[in-house]
Amino acid sequence: MKTQTVDFGTIMGSKRNKAVVENVAQAIFTVCASFAILAVASITLYMIISGTPAIFKVGLKEILFGTAWEPTAAQPRYGILYVILTSIVGTALAILIGVPVGILTAVFLAEVADKRVAKIVKPAVELLAGIPSVIYGLLGIYLINPLMYKLELLIFADSETHQFTGGANLLSAVLVLAVMILPTVINISETSIRAVHPGIKAASLALGASHVQTIFKSILPAAKSGIVTAVVLGVGRAIGEAMAITLVSGSSVNMPLPFNSVRFLTTAIVSEMSYSEGTHRQMLFTIGLVLFVFIMVINIVLNGILKKGAQADE
Amino acid sequence: MKAKKMIALLSACALSVLCMTGCGEDAANSNASSGSQNSVTESSSRESKTEESKSEEVALSGTIQMVGSTSMEKLANALAESFMEKYPDVTVTAEFVGSGAGIEAVNSGNADIGNSSRNLKDEEKANGAVENIVAIDGIAVCVDTSNTVTNLTKQQLSDIYTGTVTNWSEVGGADAPIVVVGREAGSGTRGAFEELLGVEDACAYANELDSTGAVMAKVASTPGAIGYVSLDVVDDSVIALSLEGVEPTADNIKAGNYFLSRPFVMATKGEISEQSELVQAWFDYVLGEEGQAVAAKVGLITVQ
Repeated sequence: MKTQTVDFGTIMGSKRNKAVVENVAQAIFTVCASFAILAVASITLYMIISGTPAIFKVGLKEILFGTAWEPTAAQPRYGILYVILTSIVGTALAILIGVPVGILTAVFLAEVADKRVAKIVKPAVELLAGIPSVIYGLLGIYLINPLMYKLELLIFADSETHQFTGGANLLSAVLVLAVMILPTVINISETSIRAVHPGIKAASLALGASHVQTIFKSILPAAKSGIVTAVVLGVGRAIGEAMAITLVSGSSVNMPLPFNSVRFLTTAIVSEMSYSEGTHRQMLFTIGLVLFVFIMVINIVLNGILKKGAQADE
Repeated sequence: MKAKKMIALLSACALSVLCMTGCGEDAANSNASSGSQNSVTESSSRESKTEESKSEEVALSGTIQMVGSTSMEKLANALAESFMEKYPDVTVTAEFVGSGAGIEAVNSGNADIGNSSRNLKDEEKANGAVENIVAIDGIAVCVDTSNTVTNLTKQQLSDIYTGTVTNWSEVGGADAPIVVVGREAGSGTRGAFEELLGVEDACAYANELDSTGAVMAKVASTPGAIGYVSLDVVDDSVIALSLEGVEPTADNIKAGNYFLSRPFVMATKGEISEQSELVQAWFDYVLGEEGQAVAAKVGLITVQ
C-alpha cells in the first residue's frame, strides 16, 4: 500500500488529493467485495428457504434414498436417488475421459508442439471454451445420439429387458460433458505446466532423462497443484451443466447405466420447472438445494486434498 | 492461506454460476408469462386507436379474467386478441396456471372464466362450475416416416407405453425396437394422453422431453420411435398413426370416433346466461363463427 502511494505521488500531486483517491478507491474495492459476499449469503439463504419445505413434507430419507420419481401421480413419490447417482457417475466418467485428454493436450501445447502447431491448437481450444452449451447439446443430438443408437442396437440385439432409448443415454451425456470440460482443464493445466521452474526441466534433462521421462517424472509432479485446480473446476463445470445434457440424455429417471436414459440433478430442475406446481415445484427447489450442497462438498473436499498436497510439498 | 483463498474463490465462482442459472430461469419464466399478457393488452390499446370503427355494434367495456390450462394458452391468447380487436374497450387477461387451478379460481370468484383442458370433475361441478366446451384438441401418435405400422389399437398403444410391448414386430411392423418418447411430468399433453389411454403413472418412457418440438424432432430423427403431440403440430416429418382404425382427422374427432381427444373447456360459475353482459358477449363471440374460426386457426377442432 505505502509504496503505491509513493508511486502515485509523482503523478497525482498534492497530499490531499492522494488521500481522497486512496479513500475512494478503498471504498470501491469494499463495495465490490461485499457484492460477492452478499450474493453468496443471499443465494445460500434463498436455497435453504425454498428448498427445505419439501424436505419436511416428503421426508429426507424418502427423497435421498427413494428410487421412484413420480411427482404427478395420484400418490406422488419424490425419490431422487437415481438422479443423484446419475450426477455422480456422469460427472466422474466425464472427468475420467476429459482430464487425461486435457492434461495431455496441455503437455502437448506447453512442451511438445512446435510454435506453428501450437498457434493452431491454442486458439482452437480457446474457441471451444466460448461455444455456448446449447450448441454442444445440438451437436450431441445430431452426431452422438444416432451413433449411440447404432451401438445400442448392436449391443442389445438379443436383450429382452433393455429399454431402447434411441441413443439418448448416459454415455452420450458423458461424451458431451467430457468435451465441455476440455477447455477448462487444458488452459489451467497448460498455465501451471508453463509456470514450472525451468531449472527443474533442465536438471532432469541434465541427469540423462528423456523428454517424455522429464514430462511425466518432473514437470507434471511439479505442476500438480495447478492440475488439481483444473480438475476441480472441471468437476464444477460438469456437475453444473444442464442445457447441453438435457438435450442428449433422454431425461427419464433411471439407474445410471451407460445405455440407460438418465436424468441429472440439473436437468431434473430444468425439464419440469415450467409446468410444476405445489409440492412438485418445491421438490425441484429441494433438488437445487441438493445440487448446491453437492458442489459445496466437492469444492471443500477437493480443496482439502489440494491443501494437503501443498503442505506435503513444503 | 493460499488454499483458503482458493476455497473462497472457488465457492464464490460456483455460487455465482448457480446464481446466474437461477436468476435466468426465474427471469425467463416471469418474462414469458408477463410477456404473453402484455402482448394481449398492448394489442388492445393499439387496436383501440386504429380501429374505432369496428366498435360500433355494442359499446362493451370492462375486463374479462381468464385463468387456467397451459395447454389452452394458444387458443386463449388468440381469442383474447381478436375479441379485443372487435371490442377495443374490453381488456381480456389470461393467466396460464393449470386446469385445476383455473376452475378453482372461477369457483372462488377470482376469475370470470376458468380454462380447463379436460372435462370438469364432479366435485368441481358441485362447487358451481359449469362446463362450456369451446373447442376440441386432438393428440396424435407419431412414428418416424420409415415405420411400416399405420394403425394401433388402444390396447397395443397402452402396451407400448407401459413397456409390455417393446418391438414393432409384436404390433405388425418390422423387427425393430420401440423407442418410447413422451413429455415431462406436469405437461398438459402428457396428462391428457395418459388419462385418455388409462395409463396414468404407468408409462415407461425412454425419453421424457420438455417440449412439443423436441418430441417431434426426436421421433422424426429416430428410427423406431413413437411419440405423442398435439394434433395441430403434426407435419410431414412424422407419420400420425390411425388408432382403432380411425385416422386422426378433424371430422373423426368431432364425431367422437378418435379416442385421443380432449375438450377445451371455458368454465363459468353458473350458466352462461347468469354471467355479466360482458362474459355473455365473450361466449357469443367464442362460440360464434368468428371465435370458432380462431380456434380452427390454432389447430383445434371446432364444436359448432
